[in-house]
Amino acid sequence: MTNLKEDIQIRPLGDAALVIQLGHGIDEAIHNKVKYIMDLLEKHPFEGLIETVPAYNSVTVYYNPIEVYFSNGKNQNNIPYEIVDAFLQELLNRPFSSAATKERVVKIPVVYGGDWGPDLEDVASFHGLTPNEIIDIHSSTDYLVYMLGFAPGFPFMGGMDNRIATPRKDTPRLAIPPGSVGIAGSQTGIYPLETPGGWQIIGRTPLSLFLPEQFPPTLLQPGDRIRFTPITLEECQRDWMVTSWE
Amino acid sequence: MGIKIVQPGLLATIQDLGRYGVQKYGVIVGGAMDAISLRIANMLVGNCEEEGVLEVTLYGTSLLFESDELISITGGNLRPTVDGKEVPMWRPLLIRKGSVLKFHAAVSGCRAYVSFSGGIQVPIVMKSKSTYLRAGIGGFQGRKLQKNDVFECGKRTELGEELFQQLQIEPTCLSWSVNYTSFVTFHKTKTIRVIRGSEYERFNEESIKNFLSTPYSISTQADRMGYRLTGQTVHLKEPFDLLSEGVTYGTIQVPSNGQPIILMADRQTTGGYPKIGQVITADLPSLAQMQATDTVHFQEVTLEEAQMALLQQEKELYVLKLGMDLKRSQQE
Repeated sequence: MTNLKEDIQIRPLGDAALVIQLGHGIDEAIHNKVKYIMDLLEKHPFEGLIETVPAYNSVTVYYNPIEVYFSNGKNQNNIPYEIVDAFLQELLNRPFSSAATKERVVKIPVVYGGDWGPDLEDVASFHGLTPNEIIDIHSSTDYLVYMLGFAPGFPFMGGMDNRIATPRKDTPRLAIPPGSVGIAGSQTGIYPLETPGGWQIIGRTPLSLFLPEQFPPTLLQPGDRIRFTPITLEECQRDWMVTSWE
Repeated sequence: MGIKIVQPGLLATIQDLGRYGVQKYGVIVGGAMDAISLRIANMLVGNCEEEGVLEVTLYGTSLLFESDELISITGGNLRPTVDGKEVPMWRPLLIRKGSVLKFHAAVSGCRAYVSFSGGIQVPIVMKSKSTYLRAGIGGFQGRKLQKNDVFECGKRTELGEELFQQLQIEPTCLSWSVNYTSFVTFHKTKTIRVIRGSEYERFNEESIKNFLSTPYSISTQADRMGYRLTGQTVHLKEPFDLLSEGVTYGTIQVPSNGQPIILMADRQTTGGYPKIGQVITADLPSLAQMQATDTVHFQEVTLEEAQMALLQQEKELYVLKLGMDLKRSQQE
């Protein structure tokens, strides 16, 4: 069991945020520490904390420097950054054990190919495989959601099989419909909103990833594992009430 | 009854101080580009400081008042008129039913803020009234205002009502206006203070020297999301892979073409480009008032200087608020 404090480095991100850095690279062991720190700060917030944002190997902590400054009582010799830094050094001075936390597995139904995955054939021929082989490989692994970003509810995931890693399209599309499932390099992702982009689109899910009327406002959370489940267009229309897709 | 959009102009959106607490879901903060002008606009009409206001960009927006309303206009001078006559900014104004407020052209600055006493009545989405254009949520039906849109003002606070009544009786009685010059400036060329970005050390010496000593022009690709700059390019000592991580308002990141981009109010929550610098919070309002072709000189300060400048700004804002209360009480 190691002390968490030994693994971290704290650096400013401007004058109203800081970054807790935890090693380098995309790694589930680091991800577990990121999750642990997120939980810890939720349970033990400091005065002036605004919010935290997890990433692959960091937690960004946004704070209100004015509130932090005045939270320090009469001792106003320290600048807000120093006050937050000292708080975090103390908070994170504790042993870390990657105790098994509950993991959600979220199934994502996907209609692969055809109009819903216009690049599936190209991806298959790029690798000398059949479209069905691409679908099998893409849907037979669980993917860990490391973080959300880029667009509301967009999951940054790890774990895609390198056999289907495919470069981005030479010319990005102007509009990719929401729910599109794509591949870019060794990453796979799902578009929550209509967005321009160069990903190879291999399928589409009828699920909404961004749910602004709910809390939390996204289908996926950091730490979730997701599993793509191939469905037919008929199943999609029957089970998901999809009457038409633009 | 309410405020009707006669002409939407270039871009008019409803904004407050932003949507906080949901960045971890990839939901952007958004909010007013120039938060200080928004806060002062609200103070002037007796609103709480974070109330939603109208952010008007550059020119062309006009509004018809379907009822008497207490408002104020702050931020950039976009030459506002009421029924064709120029109106003063940075003070409470009573606008009569049937009048048209129009923004003609940017004399100085880029964005004006119109506060309505009682606030703008739109649904609160994830604790904010700010318009998130790309996701189509918040503000007025999640979009920029269009011709013939009508929005209502909320119930005035006690202070707002007092000011409203005073102006009804004696329209010229509030002849003072706020001295904003210590909070936000409106020049075409500005020195903007920065602290070092997370990857500062990874840029080569010449790049850093250029970044801090040569002018950068704000390109035409400058909007609420970010300002792309043109000037001397900056480059890394050697390429390296950076994983996406949290970014913030004022983060200056550099894509591989070497032209810096400053992230603004509608930035994405995370980014993966190396960060050379970070605009200090106290200078963000002035930066937000700049537009394409304006010139920025970056000046490095320490984190301590940045935070002290912010504390000083907040102190002056507090003094301003006290001053407003004093002037109001003298008029009773």
